[in-house]
Amino acid sequence: MASRELIIKGGFVVDPARKIDGDVGDVAIKDGKIVEKVSSSAKVIDAKGKVVMAGGVDVHSHVAGPKVNAGRLMRPEDKFRAGIVRGNMAQKNGYRMESGFSIPTVFKTGYEYARMGYSFVMEAAMPPLLAPHVHEEIHDTPIIDEAALPVFGNNWFVMDYLKKGEVENTAAYIAWLLRATKGFGIKIVNPGGTAAWGWGLNCIALDDPVPYFETTPRQIITGLMKANEYLGLPHSIHIHQNDLGNPGNYQLTIDSLKLAEQVKPKNKFGREQVMHSTHIQFHSYKGTGWADFESGAKEVMDYVNRNKAITVDLGCVTFDETTTMTADGPFEHHLRGLNHLKWANVDVELETAAGVVPYIYDPNVKVCDIQWAIGLELALFAQDMSRTFVTTDHPNAGPFTRYPRVIKWLMSKKAREATLDSFRHKDKVIDATHIHGIDRELTLFEIAQMTRSGPAKCLGLGAYYGGLAPGMLGDVMVLDLNYKDMPKDPEKIEAAFQRAACFVKSGEIVVRDGEVVSNGHKKTVWVNAKVPENAQVKRDIAQSFTKDYTVDLINYVVRDYLAPHPMVIDVEVEA
Amino acid sequence: MATVTLKPIKTPELIFEGYSITPDAFAGKTAQQIAGLTGHEGKIVTTIGDFFEVSGNAGETAADTDIIINGDCARVKYIGSKMTAGSVTVNGNADMYLGGWMKGGKIYVTGNVDSFCGIQMQGGEILIDGDAKNHVGCAYRGDWRGMKGGTIRIRGSAGNDIGTFMLGGTIIIEKNAFIHVAPHAEGGTVIIKGDVEGRVGGQMVKGDMYVLGKIKFMMPGYQKVGTVEKEVDGVTQTFDHYIGDLGERHPKSKGQIVYANLYLKAAA
Ligand SMILES: [Zn+2]
Repeated sequence: MASRELIIKGGFVVDPARKIDGDVGDVAIKDGKIVEKVSSSAKVIDAKGKVVMAGGVDVHSHVAGPKVNAGRLMRPEDKFRAGIVRGNMAQKNGYRMESGFSIPTVFKTGYEYARMGYSFVMEAAMPPLLAPHVHEEIHDTPIIDEAALPVFGNNWFVMDYLKKGEVENTAAYIAWLLRATKGFGIKIVNPGGTAAWGWGLNCIALDDPVPYFETTPRQIITGLMKANEYLGLPHSIHIHQNDLGNPGNYQLTIDSLKLAEQVKPKNKFGREQVMHSTHIQFHSYKGTGWADFESGAKEVMDYVNRNKAITVDLGCVTFDETTTMTADGPFEHHLRGLNHLKWANVDVELETAAGVVPYIYDPNVKVCDIQWAIGLELALFAQDMSRTFVTTDHPNAGPFTRYPRVIKWLMSKKAREATLDSFRHKDKVIDATHIHGIDRELTLFEIAQMTRSGPAKCLGLGAYYGGLAPGMLGDVMVLDLNYKDMPKDPEKIEAAFQRAACFVKSGEIVVRDGEVVSNGHKKTVWVNAKVPENAQVKRDIAQSFTKDYTVDLINYVVRDYLAPHPMVIDVEVEA
Repeated sequence: MATVTLKPIKTPELIFEGYSITPDAFAGKTAQQIAGLTGHEGKIVTTIGDFFEVSGNAGETAADTDIIINGDCARVKYIGSKMTAGSVTVNGNADMYLGGWMKGGKIYVTGNVDSFCGIQMQGGEILIDGDAKNHVGCAYRGDWRGMKGGTIRIRGSAGNDIGTFMLGGTIIIEKNAFIHVAPHAEGGTVIIKGDVEGRVGGQMVKGDMYVLGKIKFMMPGYQKVGTVEKEVDGVTQTFDHYIGDLGERHPKSKGQIVYANLYLKAAA
């Protein structure tokens, strides 16, 4: 058996979790975990003149399950647009064939994340009824560790309990569902609005009534936030707010964020926020319509900066032809009305819905340019980078394979100006945004906060991911960047983040010189919240499965064989 | 001008993907270099020289290069695909994707072609003496951006799905066609000189179709609005003019709704 010891020697270590910023040092790994030191027989990886970081942590990405597959099925042209699929790097090395661009296959998903040095990815919206499919895809995605957030914001049980103010029953139901679906935490998508979509309606204000359920988005958000802290889950509620993607929505966004003032964080995982507000770019719009559309990034970020109980991820637009997909059913219908492209719509019984529409972010379209600027401005206005995370809401604002490009824009004013200069409506874009006047360039330390230590802490996984302290998982990326002599050419920053010089995952070298060299050992992470027996909730679940669902309870639960390499986070809930 | 001649010497066991058989790929190369250009047979990388005897050097540019293939290419795909200039002549049959994504130049096939001839073509000319199978000048599967320009003339008959999602250019089928003529099209012209089984212009937004024979099953979404004289492919004839597809969205131009036009040759 080969040595289980590895040492990554002499690199510039960037590890915000331990406040290390570019010190030259070694990272030692033994049996898949980071250790203080290893024996002299350890395999040596020379990182001299290169940057060493923990594996990346993606807090929000749509990479597995029925809506991703709906996108793959309805867009065969996405595979064609990805270019030559035969003879890709991994396949040349004897690994699986890769295909797809905005909705890549599971193999390409795993390989591309690994090449970018990512070790953990959160599937951001799991329809509970279809959780077995989500887990099958997760299991088939090589290398990266993954978890999935079941959606709760339009769930009949949740709405029934919360309209009566029953937080404990809601919590007991959540604990049961997380176990049943091997889920990680509480996702909320367009609270109440997706349920209203069943009647062809929507909820676009916090107090809009949800038809039939006699509740409101405000009650759902607040109630789920309380239930989350009652349970003490590793992650907070993870919310996609109402009125996504519409001019003027920034005020509703701030009002929703303010709901976080009512609840205090309570958990044993080091998490400090009570609300994670996702793809906030789509929620930071000013103007009364598309003609006077402008950035609301300053207003939204001013509030986020003041409230420590909130974390956000960006949802940056990357100017690609992509595929939008969300449990926000009414939004996808609305989007289809704007671009006349194909549309898929699914209703998931008592739980949620989903829509899929292709979308082209065209740099010659003013609105797309303003969206691009907003995504970056949010990060550049942020004061606490450990609460602000890099995402593209893959694939909604762009594919995750563009994170290195987003990082380039954040780290280089020159790169941002070059993109601005390429716009047909440059002057109008400058008028409607702040980006041209912002000189800030983020540092490698800040990027590591936004892609490593920050999201890991936000997910309550800071003890395992996002840092290089002894005891943490042995996930380490070596980047071909010299900390002391950063390249003048921003393209080199993008290239370094796109293809790791070396990536070690769970103590095993999985990428070398940007090429996949192992299928790795992936894990499925899920949360087991142990609550005291709740007879009423148990009865309600049993009754609903005989009365309302098309499947029996016994066929609903995700079996163990679907997640054969689990990493279970136990949460003990006192009565 | 320089002429490169290819003579088939071996039938591929699977299918030879001859995506390098274009004036653009040949330009500036000697016969020997051309023989070394790659293609795929299944997952195996092969070369043009594995299947063809190559004689003659190419011209400096694609525009200076004529390719003549003397023999059957019924198992050679992608001939002339993505070409921008020059010419390709196939003295025989050709397989799928002939002239796909083509931007310029000319392709002439003396025999028949398989499906996807001229798929998503943007410019240039394709002339086929024989028949074409399905998907002449169509969009790639799933794509809503079809043929944008150029001309495809099939002297024989064609199968189904002609000019799907077409945006521009001209397709002429001199004999009969089966079903789905210009579905979803938003521009361009399709001329069928023979008979069509049906589904002519389904969900068509904009563009022109001419049928000189009979349509066996007419689409319900088309309405006759008059009788007009039109010159088609050099001959002036009388047509019944239909507009449609009335079930589809239509743009407006100068206050008028723009429909797709179907010109069906009037009974004598
Ligand atoms: Zn999302």
